[in-house]
Amino acid sequence: MFGWLTQTAALAALNLRSLPRRPGTAAVAMSGIAALTGVFAGVLSMASGFEKTMEGTGREDVAMVLRSGSTAELNSSFNGEQADVIRYAPGIARDAEGEPEVSAELFWIVNAVGKSSGTEANVALRGIQPTGYSLRKDYRLAEGREFTPGRFELIAGRGARNQFVGLEPGQTIRFGKTEWLVTGTFETGGSVFESELWCDVNVLQSAYQLGNGFQVVRARVEDADGRLQLEEALGDDQRLSVDVWSEKQFYSDQAEDTAALITNIGLPVSVLMGIGAVFAALNAMYASIAARARELATLRAVGFGSFPTALATLLESVVLAFLGGVLGCAIAWFALNGFQASTLAASFSQVVFNFAVTPDLLGRGIVAALIVGLVGGIFPAVRAATAQVTSALREL
Amino acid sequence: MARELIRLADVSKNYRKGRELVRVLDGISLAIEEGDFVGLMGPSGSGKTTLLNLLGGLDKPTKGDVEVDGRNISRLSTGALAKWRASNIGFIFQFYNLLPVLTAARNVGLPLLLTSLSASQRRKHVNTALQLVGLADRAKHYPRELSGGQEQRVAIARAIVSDPPILLCDEPTGDLDRATADEIMSLLQRLNRDYGKTIVMVTHDPRAASFAHRVLHLDKGELGAAPEEIH
Repeated sequence: MFGWLTQTAALAALNLRSLPRRPGTAAVAMSGIAALTGVFAGVLSMASGFEKTMEGTGREDVAMVLRSGSTAELNSSFNGEQADVIRYAPGIARDAEGEPEVSAELFWIVNAVGKSSGTEANVALRGIQPTGYSLRKDYRLAEGREFTPGRFELIAGRGARNQFVGLEPGQTIRFGKTEWLVTGTFETGGSVFESELWCDVNVLQSAYQLGNGFQVVRARVEDADGRLQLEEALGDDQRLSVDVWSEKQFYSDQAEDTAALITNIGLPVSVLMGIGAVFAALNAMYASIAARARELATLRAVGFGSFPTALATLLESVVLAFLGGVLGCAIAWFALNGFQASTLAASFSQVVFNFAVTPDLLGRGIVAALIVGLVGGIFPAVRAATAQVTSALREL
Repeated sequence: MARELIRLADVSKNYRKGRELVRVLDGISLAIEEGDFVGLMGPSGSGKTTLLNLLGGLDKPTKGDVEVDGRNISRLSTGALAKWRASNIGFIFQFYNLLPVLTAARNVGLPLLLTSLSASQRRKHVNTALQLVGLADRAKHYPRELSGGQEQRVAIARAIVSDPPILLCDEPTGDLDRATADEIMSLLQRLNRDYGKTIVMVTHDPRAASFAHRVLHLDKGELGAAPEEIH
């Protein structure tokens, strides 16, 4: 065992030392594998960034009440009386004055122009009640002031402000027939709410002639029991047909579909690039053994075995792949990590999120590169080990 | 009388070229004694190199046996042959076949990587071999920094570094001018005379062949009837 290990190490070192003599083919293989790893890590970082944003949204102790069967706020609706029934239902926590901690809200889609694309995209304009602020985890007014109830004013989430035109404090923006004054920018710890615009729910009702309608009621519950109590009470009420969700679970479920969509589109692209990268590696390794046919034959004539020759060729391929993988990961990290983008989410509005190139993703990228190196190196390794020594010795 | 080191018994080698069967060697029988220096001559395509490859265990005969030091190497597996070559055969090629990425010393030390010698022992052996070929001062030079004659001397040092009993030379002076060729032949002669190496050398050059004890002629895969005695 010692013998072939020493032989393999010596042959692999020779192979790697001769790489600078073949910069072209080595570079082609490495760049093919770097591109694959970059795209692979890029796609996964997009999905993971989106998931991170969605999963960072919502609280366990906030219940969302939606019309029965609604999978998104957009296709839910209540009238004012139903919202009042929910407001005073048991299980809902109360503030210091004894008032239920509830925000009946509207989730409306408006069009805003993207800063980078210059085209219109759907943005969520959410009408909230005063308790709406405190129901959001980590809510903080970052700039300006909050909107004044009763006025056509709004505050923009940090992500929306960065992605769309006309959302800086002091600017006005027209949605339909109404002009809105942007009074401030808010943050909610990077959650999905930062992709939204918030205004007074009653102003939104009048701006779009929605009567006294609402789409969702958010309510703080003391604990899981409180939510169950609320669910049972609302389930028993003949005036309502609703579903009660944990806010955290609601956003987590929404994340899954979109993240799966991104992954399902991205992975086949990665697989195709992977096949291309395998051929690049194959080509590089065949070129490598062709260029050194006489050297390899000489080594085998001197007494180096076929198996160490094959293993060393495979190692060369894997090292090339590893270097390509590191390069691809570095590109993905520097180009994409923290890069802000937006996509249409299950809510039919744009959700702004940051690409998250995590160590786990980089590890998976490197593993993908190593697999390509291994697959691309097998056939050349077999050829290196089985080539006729006698004829290769005569090659010039 | 020296003992017999190499014996070929009715050795034939055929290749298939498409549908055609090419008979390269046809019923060769030959004995070479320990310490002999045999020149192998003949026209191109006569089977000289094929015969050398069979002697060195780089190829196997289609028929017949090749025995070296009483061992039938025709029956060995590829892996066993590689091991056998490492300790029994030193190859010297026409175009030296040095590895361009390695210094002269590292090229010479390659066969020692197949032994259990320590790094310091290997260095010692390499120095001795380089001194023997007169290139101790070129140990750290790369092949591109050496002349053709120096490259061939490095290749000879590589062939003898693990002290194999047999040296197989395939046109060792084929790429060299006359003066350098003479130097190389004198070196081979010294290895034969002073160190007892058994040498089989393929050559087209009668001047090189004149350094051998005897010359065998191959033509159309058959050995000449009577080997010509040179010395």
